[in-house]
Amino acid sequence: MISKKWLQVAGVAGAIPFVLTACGGGGEADSSGGEGGGELSGQIQIDGSSTVGPLSEVAAELFMEQNPGVQISVAMSGTGGGFERFCNGETDMNDASREISEEEIALCEEAGISQERITVANDALGVIVHPDNPIDCITVDQLNQIWGPDSSATTWGDVEGLEAGDAADSEFTLYGPGTDSGTFDYFTEAVNGEEGSIRTDYTDIGEDDNAAITGVEGDANAMAFVPYSYFMEAGDAVKPLQIDSGDGCTEPTLENVQSGAYTPLGRGLYVYASDVALENQASVAFMNFYIENSAEITETAGFIPLTDEQMSTATEQIESLSS
Amino acid sequence: MVIQKGEQPQRSRLAVAGARSATESVFGAGSRADRIGNVLFRALLLLGMGFALLGMMAIIVWSFVDGMPRLDMNLITEGPSSITPETAGYRTAILGSLYVIGGVILFIVPVGVGAAIYLEEYADHTRWWNRLIEVNIQNLAAVPSIVFGILGLAFIVRGPLDLGFVAAAGSLTLSLLVLPTVILASREAIRAVPSSTRLGSLGLGATHWQTIWHHVLPGALPGIITGVILSVSRAIGEAAPLLLVGAVTFVMFDPSFFEGQFSVLPVQIYNYAGRPQEEFRVLASAGVILMLAVLLVMNSFAIWLRNHYENKNAR
Repeated sequence: MISKKWLQVAGVAGAIPFVLTACGGGGEADSSGGEGGGELSGQIQIDGSSTVGPLSEVAAELFMEQNPGVQISVAMSGTGGGFERFCNGETDMNDASREISEEEIALCEEAGISQERITVANDALGVIVHPDNPIDCITVDQLNQIWGPDSSATTWGDVEGLEAGDAADSEFTLYGPGTDSGTFDYFTEAVNGEEGSIRTDYTDIGEDDNAAITGVEGDANAMAFVPYSYFMEAGDAVKPLQIDSGDGCTEPTLENVQSGAYTPLGRGLYVYASDVALENQASVAFMNFYIENSAEITETAGFIPLTDEQMSTATEQIESLSS
Repeated sequence: MVIQKGEQPQRSRLAVAGARSATESVFGAGSRADRIGNVLFRALLLLGMGFALLGMMAIIVWSFVDGMPRLDMNLITEGPSSITPETAGYRTAILGSLYVIGGVILFIVPVGVGAAIYLEEYADHTRWWNRLIEVNIQNLAAVPSIVFGILGLAFIVRGPLDLGFVAAAGSLTLSLLVLPTVILASREAIRAVPSSTRLGSLGLGATHWQTIWHHVLPGALPGIITGVILSVSRAIGEAAPLLLVGAVTFVMFDPSFFEGQFSVLPVQIYNYAGRPQEEFRVLASAGVILMLAVLLVMNSFAIWLRNHYENKNAR
């Protein structure tokens, strides 16, 4: 475990000089300020989702190593709480694991802040079960039968078309996050069709996704949904199910999420930046840095990097917002 | 006259002994059932205390076992890091906590003690507004901390004071949170100063204020310091209200009091404890030990201060 982590750290450390030279060499990368070497200064305040927060922390840390004059702070009030501050002009950027809502847009417009959603990483939710569970693949409809608001299923056998073998008569235990969590919003919308709609008799683990891993690890008939980084970190202790959304079973792997094949539980993670914040050169440099170094940043934080297409879209967005 | 004066204590001692034996005869001392009951009740009390101690020991032992690998100097000298949790530490969070708690002490001691002096020495308790103040203070002591966080956000960070999301706002919010405790403890301490001290001082021609400053406060000081210790111990462990008034989870630069972002120990620990990677959770456990250590250092200084004044008074 530790040695694996050390390797990763060594990998990141090794990548920094490479990134530095890459920034120095590329004509397009000149705008990034990656080679600015302390010329940039100012404060950048980031708030928002606790899912995206760790990612922004890694980006901030790497950026500050190269630009010691810039002070970046990251808070995690949750996507909604963050937007409230963002649209009040109190933060420069907001981490978000969902799109900005109509009310929040209205709030921002009232304060004269125009914002743009910039995709900074990809994420996936995994549906996890105990390794001994005979189920390997599940359809979105079956997930809905289990987690739907009107669900009366209590055993694996109650779910139509689910091949549960000799576990069919066992009652299952469900673990899910609290209603404040972005994971909750995302899962309920993707599986049950409406944000916040879910059966109420599952075990609420609050904001701590580790609790879901612990729960599933210790219960042969448990099921939970957790973000990508959590079940990757858990290794063989839990089994992520393949998801069938009509085109056959798809594993929650890096390739499948990036290609969009892992639907509907793969998603983008966003940073909302305001036009006001991007008047500051340091903020522009930071956002560009965030996108260009997507590979290192996402790997360190345990997410899935951007595709080339996503990267060029993001770069264009930053340019149009800052000009 | 002299004989009479000597007799009076003697008489009252007799009266006390009589009253005691009368009470004992009403309740019946020493039947077998009573003695068993006494033993049982004692055992029950010990059991209750045992549970409380056991819970605390479990936290400490668990944190030590989990956090052992990270109990090193980096924990104090290094700032937070998401890239290298193996060497990351709590420097900025410790500084943030010290700033916030320092501000709390500076605010609650004069205001809390001042309020206690007013209520005990000056307030006319037959007036309705003084009684209203008293009831309010007692109720405020039971308000959940998150409510103070919302208050801090609306009135201190934004609104009338408009300090912004800075350490000073955190200090003020926590001060409001613990102020009732300080006032209540200080009032008890002031009330415990024998009235003969006050009357003696006034009788020798001292003014009301001179009496309070030179006789009542020195006598009450140990009790007041105890109240401050309890309040500060509560304030240093608070995370919820600080999250609302802007304690962030990640600052790599050292904080300052009136500007810039800050973090505090409990918020940083909370952040690390929820991470998927094992290293962060080890770091969180080490942080728990660190916070206990900071608290112990601060409290032992206060206790030393209290004993110092207690001895001075005894002499």
